[in-house]
Amino acid sequence: MKSEDVFRFSVKAVSGYPARTALMILAMAIGVASVVLLTALGEGARQYVINEFASLGTNLLVVLPGRSETTGGPPPLLGQTPRDLTLEDALALKRSANIRAVAPITVGSAPVSWRQRDREVTVLGSTAELFDIRHLSMALGRFISAGDPSQGSAESVLGYKLKRELFGNQSALGEWIRIGDRRFRVVGVLAQKGQSLGLDMGDVVIVPVVSAQSLFNTSALFRVLAEAKGRDAIARAKTAVQDIVRARHEGEDDITVITQDAVLATFDKIFKALTLGVGGIAAISLGVAGILIMNVMLIAVSQRTTEIGLLKAVGGQENQILSLFLAEAAILALVGAAVGLLLALGGVWAAARVFPNFPVPVPFWALGAATGVSLFTGLIFGVLPARRAAKLDPVQALSRR
Amino acid sequence: MIHLAGIERVFQVGDEAVHALSHVNLSVAAGEHIAIMGPSGSGKSTLLNIIGLLDRPDKGSYQLDDVDTTELSDQEQAEVRSHKIGFIFQFFHLVPRLTAAENVELPLMLAGMDPEERKTRVQGALKALGLSERARHRPDQLSGGQRQRVAIARATVMEPHIILADEPTGNLDRASGHEVVQILEDLNEKGIAIIMVTHDPDLGRRAARRIQMVDGQISEDTGVATNL
Repeated sequence: MKSEDVFRFSVKAVSGYPARTALMILAMAIGVASVVLLTALGEGARQYVINEFASLGTNLLVVLPGRSETTGGPPPLLGQTPRDLTLEDALALKRSANIRAVAPITVGSAPVSWRQRDREVTVLGSTAELFDIRHLSMALGRFISAGDPSQGSAESVLGYKLKRELFGNQSALGEWIRIGDRRFRVVGVLAQKGQSLGLDMGDVVIVPVVSAQSLFNTSALFRVLAEAKGRDAIARAKTAVQDIVRARHEGEDDITVITQDAVLATFDKIFKALTLGVGGIAAISLGVAGILIMNVMLIAVSQRTTEIGLLKAVGGQENQILSLFLAEAAILALVGAAVGLLLALGGVWAAARVFPNFPVPVPFWALGAATGVSLFTGLIFGVLPARRAAKLDPVQALSRR
Repeated sequence: MIHLAGIERVFQVGDEAVHALSHVNLSVAAGEHIAIMGPSGSGKSTLLNIIGLLDRPDKGSYQLDDVDTTELSDQEQAEVRSHKIGFIFQFFHLVPRLTAAENVELPLMLAGMDPEERKTRVQGALKALGLSERARHRPDQLSGGQRQRVAIARATVMEPHIILADEPTGNLDRASGHEVVQILEDLNEKGIAIIMVTHDPDLGRRAARRIQMVDGQISEDTGVATNL
């Protein structure tokens, strides 16, 4: 028997029972669509988080005061330390050949006012290098000037949202604002960039680190951001940071260095596992669809007993009947997969419409895997019914009406 | 052509072994016209199925064209069925979703024949039975007589030299039944052997050779073909 005949005969058989065919295709389509959609969502979440991290800066090291304890008692996440991380510590890091830029950061909250308007916002004290390290961009004016970091100045840079709330449509550049009990001149406005891992960069005011320290009356830093010279230099930069600070802190390891890479890799792993898990759950529905195919094919075999008997009587061989029924299962599975892919693409399109900022990439492997798995389940679960059909005793099959 | 010797067929019904056929010897020459008659359960259909290689005897030998069929594999038997034997059933057994032409085409398709040649053969077979107009009709759009004619076209399209008919008129009205018998007799004229199981004594009388079966045995056989 020619394979195009097998195909034509099976297509006729499939289209000859539209209700049953539609149900099977629906089951298969739901399975395939959920696999593709859920993996796309998982992949989207992964890319979203990675993008968020990348917007923090690249090859980043975060230096925190205090040390994460791994032994003893019920510890706080970060151990307490008598020694603060100071601006001098931060500037000392610059001496390492593996570190390109260092941005000390002091964070506090203070009322910011211009004329009658008053807002309580996050005040970020840092240096000019923060601009490059955090990949910031300006909407207007310039960033705080790169003078001697240990000298304060009365410059301030407003977040986009803060500028709008304080100044509305009026020009902010050159205006004097009051932060706490000090006056600062606005030299620039940050471009709208949106959320960046919790800290809304639109709702901050950035001032030189020393000015912020005197504003909050502290000499301690919240943390230090350091950018390594390159990807390979991250590990060496980390050691360098630890060595330098240890030397300055009388031999005590009292800081924690987090590399962005490590965090990224962890998130990457978590989300990959999540995607796989979710995809696996969706794959169960493919399995269910496979069992449905088996059921319906078994019913088809018993409904078409006389047809099978007849095929045998007119010279049909067992393997021919086997291939006819397998082809039928495969066609159902493939059409179901195709419909499922269309459904999934529709869902992705809709998701992209509803959440324009959230990427929903359909991973290529998911397309292939979903189609492959549905064909595989169709064939696997089609084997039993097809074998039953092939083994049917023609005399008994034909004795029925 | 057909030589059955010492054929036994036993069915297990519950604890009881039912001898559907016991010790049947039968020889059929090419081009014979045979009616197998007998009461229900006398083994007529079983005999027909064994001749048609749909069933295997438990004992005995069956030679078809000097080949011992009992030694053939299922696949080889299917090939023999495909080329040498045509079946006609009481309930027609047409595939309901296929048109008349497609039903007739089935044996050709299973035999792997070229689509071009299939087409001419199917057209020829349908035309011979006066069904050219009905080629695109599905079975439920055909009358009983037409359906049986489609079935006959299907049985003859591979040009077999044996046609086995199991109560071919059993489900037809008199007129259509008569028509079908006429067609079968015409086929017999062309040299095709017809072996027909029937209840109808009138029909049986029209056959050149009548075999009467009782309790799985041949009780009467008019005109045994000699020296076959």
